Amino acid sequence: MTASQDTIGQICKLLEPFNSTGKVLTPDTEISTDLNIDSVAVMDFVMEVEDHFDIEIPLNVVSETHSINDLAMVVDARTKKA
Amino acid sequence: MQMIDLLEKHKGIAERHARMMAMGVDAVGLTNDKILSPTRAVINGRETILAGTNNYMGITFDADCVRAGQDAMAEFGTGTTGSRIANGSYALHKELESELAKFLKRKHCIIFTTGYQANLGMMSGLAGPKDTIFLDADSHSSIYDGCALSGAKLVRFRHNDAADLDKRLARSEGEEGGRLVVVEGIYSMLGDRAPLADFVEVKKKYGFQLLADEAHSFGVLGPHGRGLADEAGLEDDIDFIVGTFSKSIGAIGGFGAGNHPLFETLRYAMRPYMFTASSSPASVATSLAAVRKLAAEPERRGRLGVNSARLFAGFKGLGLDLGCDTVSPVIAVKCADEISTIAMWNALLEAGVYVNIALPPGTPNRLCLLRCSVSAAHSFDDIDKIIALFGKVVASRAAA
Repeated sequence: MTASQDTIGQICKLLEPFNSTGKVLTPDTEISTDLNIDSVAVMDFVMEVEDHFDIEIPLNVVSETHSINDLAMVVDARTKKA
Repeated sequence: MQMIDLLEKHKGIAERHARMMAMGVDAVGLTNDKILSPTRAVINGRETILAGTNNYMGITFDADCVRAGQDAMAEFGTGTTGSRIANGSYALHKELESELAKFLKRKHCIIFTTGYQANLGMMSGLAGPKDTIFLDADSHSSIYDGCALSGAKLVRFRHNDAADLDKRLARSEGEEGGRLVVVEGIYSMLGDRAPLADFVEVKKKYGFQLLADEAHSFGVLGPHGRGLADEAGLEDDIDFIVGTFSKSIGAIGGFGAGNHPLFETLRYAMRPYMFTASSSPASVATSLAAVRKLAAEPERRGRLGVNSARLFAGFKGLGLDLGCDTVSPVIAVKCADEISTIAMWNALLEAGVYVNIALPPGTPNRLCLLRCSVSAAHSFDDIDKIIALFGKVVASRAAA
């Protein structure tokens, strides 16, 4: 399944400050492994996503979210729910 | 089918560790060859000032505590060989729980074999899969691990930010299950304290249960040494407290305490309490003697405060960038990057002072820290030597 392009775009923008590798972000980019972002920084990034979309993404959900598309699908589901 | 090597995923860690080793001493595997006193060890053949031990009261060589441990070992043996819910509860364990409850002015206290297990036990005993735990972003790993063990929904709020907690509580309004909020008295990396009064205000608005981990503040803060809640005069607003024996108490173990009428039931709901061997008699007796010392010798706390203020002022005078603006026994110096932090840590050790090195992801905001912890047993001469060495090694590098 694919998340909305708009959500993916917004997430990529939020992720850029955490991306020190210079790699181009795509929906398939694995946030932690591809961008070499440690576990605490991933949680900090998700906090930014939560506040940007005004939704809650519990840590239990974060641990099952790997790619930008995975996270965008969580955001889509939770913004619709809201 | 090809086997996937389970350890392959740790290759990056091994490479990072090798880089650290190439720069000098193994900072995360340092060996104390001899411990001479609460503030001195022999490391690599050299007498070294210890300024990173969390030995806040400097009580580890106290004659009464040592004797209590020796007597208990002679009387009760070397170990209990069982858990608290089987054969591992001795009169000593009950006596320590009772003494601590009295010291903490709480109705109930349960001790654990380690401080780490105290958080594992309390988080997982209090919260279950239908509940939500709101934890400060800078929480200690034992809190994160305890939260994970609980199966509860986990929501992280911005460090020391009651307004951020408020926002996140509002987002989860209407959901089923109880809510537990977890804060710490003194945060172990930066030495700052939770703004407890602000969190209590949020608690009054939303009606959750509040737990304070006083690991670094127990024995240190408050007119009675009971921690941040004691200092802030807010003990009645804190439902549960967690603490450790491996800092101010100078032994090993941990505790949870509270006034809830069902608190004792946690003994049969906390796996990290139920399925591990209980504390050894020597450790329990040592802790018991130390708790009595905390109550009887408040001057230790006073001395710690004076020493902490002296080191804090000295570091400020050097123009060092510190973890927080409040004096506490945890004084962390922010450094530019990992490589220079490792180099400075080695230079400090070479010059005769041991401090903790703290690197991401073990630190908030990806900070690289040289973390000092002050002891009541440090002399002014020790403190001044630490300041002078930081001036020589750290401040001069920052200025260069």
